[in-house]
Amino acid sequence: MAVTEDQLKALKEKARKVRIDILKMLTDCGSGHTGGSLSSADIATALYFYKMKYDAKKPDWEGRDHFILSKGHAAPLLYTVLAHAGFIERAELCTLRKLGSRLQGHPDSKYLPGVEISTGSLGQGLSVANGIALGRKLDSATNRVYALLGDGELQEGQVWEAAMTAAHYKLDNLCALVDNNGLQIDGPVSKVMGVEPITDKWRAFGWEVIDVDGHDMAQLTAALDKAETVKGKPTMIVCRTVKGKGSKVFEGKVEFHGTTPSKEEYETALKELAEETLCK
Amino acid sequence: MTKIATRDAYGDALVILGKKRKDVVVLDADLSGSTKTGKFAKAFPERFFNIGIAEQDMIGTAAGLSIAGKLPFASTFAVFATGRAWEQVRQSVCYPNLNVKIVASHAGITVGEDGGSHQSVEDIALMRVLPNMTVIVPADGPETLQAIEAVAELKGPCYVRVGRNKVPTLFGDDYAFKIGKAHVFSTGRDAAIIATGLMVAEALSARDILKHEGIDAGVINMSTIKPIDAAAIIAAAKHCGAIVTAEEHSIMGGLGGAVAEVLAESAPVPLVRIGVKDTFGTSGDQEGLLKHYGMSADDISSAVKEVLRKKK
Repeated sequence: MAVTEDQLKALKEKARKVRIDILKMLTDCGSGHTGGSLSSADIATALYFYKMKYDAKKPDWEGRDHFILSKGHAAPLLYTVLAHAGFIERAELCTLRKLGSRLQGHPDSKYLPGVEISTGSLGQGLSVANGIALGRKLDSATNRVYALLGDGELQEGQVWEAAMTAAHYKLDNLCALVDNNGLQIDGPVSKVMGVEPITDKWRAFGWEVIDVDGHDMAQLTAALDKAETVKGKPTMIVCRTVKGKGSKVFEGKVEFHGTTPSKEEYETALKELAEETLCK
Repeated sequence: MTKIATRDAYGDALVILGKKRKDVVVLDADLSGSTKTGKFAKAFPERFFNIGIAEQDMIGTAAGLSIAGKLPFASTFAVFATGRAWEQVRQSVCYPNLNVKIVASHAGITVGEDGGSHQSVEDIALMRVLPNMTVIVPADGPETLQAIEAVAELKGPCYVRVGRNKVPTLFGDDYAFKIGKAHVFSTGRDAAIIATGLMVAEALSARDILKHEGIDAGVINMSTIKPIDAAAIIAAAKHCGAIVTAEEHSIMGGLGGAVAEVLAESAPVPLVRIGVKDTFGTSGDQEGLLKHYGMSADDISSAVKEVLRKKK
């Protein structure tokens, strides 16, 4: 079932609100990962508000689809979509990274319902997603498993161990996505430790690979739809993105990987994000 | 005296458990013939996952299986399960407090001929330091069977250490293993030997040697290293006034370390630790290696005499 024009419009509007909340919580908090939260915002919005099945009132619902944020530093994004999906109150977003908060610097499943597993140490999420997918297959259950990775994260060897495992066990109930924003803390991924050609690599590992513009809601939703029809192998959606997407203040700027906006930068970004919807 | 390797008992325990519980799944990293998870693989092929030579991925996959409601047992050699995959055990198992059981075989120096690269003398320390982790080192076959049953019932991460070689059976049908509870073979009068794993049998032999010399040494099997049975240690210290620990592991961070912590804080008495003394292993046979590293029954009896000299 293809996405409708109305759905696309609503998803774009949701992504805009998600970005504003991310910026608000990061500006207030004064620490956290801005760039990678913004670059993944459309991906997470498509997952939580178009594709995934869940019950925000019953986070452990057996029939839920599973989402693993393997790039755990995009925690502000995860918390924001969880708030917009009704898992937590939006007001709780203001507690980010504070002592006693459920919103830890990196996602912690011990505290926050809706977080499948604690992440933050890169390279580990795909293995966990594989395990869930194996377990669900064993039960002949129809739950789907999604994992979001960063492109820099592909430098971790465990990712490729997991890539083999998912193909070996024909995990067609698994769909992974890479936020291919091209930047990591120390600079461009191509300079730090090149990971391209990403699509060829996953194809060679036995995955179905779909290459999309990670900010194009029509392409994202179509790719997620297509992944459900793939049989006998896992799907990787490689999302071409811009780090810091949403405002010129952050876009393509490596320094915003792990830093937060100043009050002025936040105000500027807010204006841009508001204008964007007025224009489209 | 019957002898069985604790890894063989583990393999049997898995099959028993697999029959009882449909949620039990087993993972291995290309060593199922050695770790004896192959027995489970043969009985329940659909619930066995060989992950290949990829221990980090195996631990993460086990974590995922537990999220999907399964009871995963992940096995490989101790040096790889706790060394190669330590950070996966930390981040993906202990930090989220998931119900994953890691049962590692070929622990300690008695892997023997394979040499130091394969002899894990750090694994107990590496697992013990992790919050939420329970650490168990069974002494013989029957205790291994019971320990596997017990960790299946306990919700949370567990590490069980089993060995390659056959060890004497010490426990009969009347033995009841309990996590966190030491088993006192004898209280002794002069000193208490607190041992774990295959060193329990060595400690019992040392006790017999000492008896001929008129020394009454007690023997305690400390099969749970974490949570440690502090009450049993304190009681032994107060009763005997001198303690010797014996483990097939570094004397740092394992049983000796754990006992030293309890004694220093709660019952300071002289202590001598038997084990690997801040060095790596080397190739050899079990008997030769135990002698080489000063861990034989004779060495334990010498350690008891040494600790008695320290005792006022």
